[in-house]
Amino acid sequence: MERVLFKYVDEPEQYRIDNYIKNGGYQALPRVLKELPPDELIDLVKKSGVRGRGGAGFPAGMKWGFVPKDIGRPKYLCCNADESEPGTCKDRVLMERDPHMVVEGIIIASYAIQAHTAFVYVRGEFVYPAHRMEEAIKEAYEKGYLGKNILGSGFDLDIIVHTGGGAYICGEETALLSSLEGDRGLSRIRPPFPAIKGLYASPTVVNNVETLANLPHIINRGVDWYRSHGTEKSPGTKIFSLSGNIARPGNYEVDLGTPLSYVINELGGGVPGGYKLKTIIPGGSSTPLLMPDQIDTPLDFESMAQAGSMLGSGAIIVIDERACMVWVAMKLINFYAHESCGKCTPCREGTAWLKQIISRIENGGGQTGDIELILDACKNIMGRTICPLGDAAVMPTESIIKHFRDEFAYHIEHGKCLVKTDYPFE
Amino acid sequence: MILNDATVQNIKARAARYPSRRSAILPALTAAYKQMGYLDADIYLEISRIIKIPYIEIAEAASFYTMFPKHEVGRYLIQVCHNISCSLRGADNMIEYLQSKLDIGMGETTPDNMFTLISVECLGGCSAAPMMQINEDYYEDLTRAKVDKILDELRAKAMQEEK
Repeated sequence: MERVLFKYVDEPEQYRIDNYIKNGGYQALPRVLKELPPDELIDLVKKSGVRGRGGAGFPAGMKWGFVPKDIGRPKYLCCNADESEPGTCKDRVLMERDPHMVVEGIIIASYAIQAHTAFVYVRGEFVYPAHRMEEAIKEAYEKGYLGKNILGSGFDLDIIVHTGGGAYICGEETALLSSLEGDRGLSRIRPPFPAIKGLYASPTVVNNVETLANLPHIINRGVDWYRSHGTEKSPGTKIFSLSGNIARPGNYEVDLGTPLSYVINELGGGVPGGYKLKTIIPGGSSTPLLMPDQIDTPLDFESMAQAGSMLGSGAIIVIDERACMVWVAMKLINFYAHESCGKCTPCREGTAWLKQIISRIENGGGQTGDIELILDACKNIMGRTICPLGDAAVMPTESIIKHFRDEFAYHIEHGKCLVKTDYPFE
Repeated sequence: MILNDATVQNIKARAARYPSRRSAILPALTAAYKQMGYLDADIYLEISRIIKIPYIEIAEAASFYTMFPKHEVGRYLIQVCHNISCSLRGADNMIEYLQSKLDIGMGETTPDNMFTLISVECLGGCSAAPMMQINEDYYEDLTRAKVDKILDELRAKAMQEEK
């Protein structure tokens, strides 16, 4: 299977501009600036069908198309590098190993929407990836790919790397904008959508790192080539982060539509130690479970939705039979309760209640009716908040109860796990 | 003055780059944290004077972001990921191991002020679990032997720097 974004991922110094150029980098940019007016570029990206790689899967070209033209206000592009969804660790690799591919994508996207300032919002803990991006941007300025009058085209662009302060919510696009403006990272009600009124109340597009990294390749090799990877509705390749109880955890790039079983068993080497596969969280911690009999589900947006889950950010978390699912639910809800920004009552209070109830079950203090109480709280969070964090807490929780209700019931009745979780550290 | 010249210049340079000065709040907090290893009210006040934004807005933003400790911590801040992917690979027992090895509880600092131990939400090192961050650096695919070596090396480095 052809690797596109990861073609040079193992080369030790691909992050340097000379090596990036030697390997075909910065060839798309001059073509775009000389031959493709913004409208045609947007059209081409629409035709490619590339969809957002941050989790929502929204068509990138369509997102750009919403930005109004000639309204006399500056426009902004934000590269979302706030990678924080548990299980996800792919954007970090792109920034560390091949940062110029991301930079070139940012310049192309900025040109498409005619933004003259772009931001890279990197999660604060990613000191090293942020450093790599800073260095790459510096090199790009020196070569004339950034700054005033890029390659004599008359197009100007500055890129600013902005690091976060440790908040999952800032990966949600409106919270990212609040954070960039110097506020607490609270999400904002839509409409207005960022494309109309985003950063500094100006039209803004927020694109994920991996989405942007696809752009130079689409320009260089064309729509037909791009569409030869993946499926009709989910074209291209995708990087999947494989973690949990797996023999070879890591980031793997495959065509969208590749069966989940191929990634888990062929690439990842399956569940090690002779243990049985219990369940899979297929698209980052916010997505509903897939069960072992669903392991052949193709990894594309449509098939995953049909199977009752989501492709999400492509973070596949493999769980073996040693895990108590109440413990898994607790680990997950602890995260969401901690990361809720607190703006919407259903999410702020609801995730805290879920945490309290699930923790007491896990710790032996579960009460009759707790399962119903959890489901009731879930129902009152789902769809009632400004941003998807509340839904993200509910989806795995409901799914775990749906598939493993017996473990919760056993826990409540006996005050202990049906399966005692104890993953060794040696 | 708590913040040194380099930090102040860094903050001013950052502030000049943004279309709005308020956007410099988070970069200023980051720069101050980098120098100090923690943040508190005195630091917010200095940042407020440097970027000319009311103190309360600095404090308000800072209180939201959990990456910055709000009180002094040890020379090395150990942040262990306790999220699902790391937990499936032994993070709970790694936390136990660190506690017993350092002889401190969660959130505590060793008496020699060398290590502070906390656990945090996902750090994006999921495919290299279990993992931890110490100050700015990630340590991944951890084992007992690796943890022992890392802590020994950091102690030796501190001794070297003290000399």
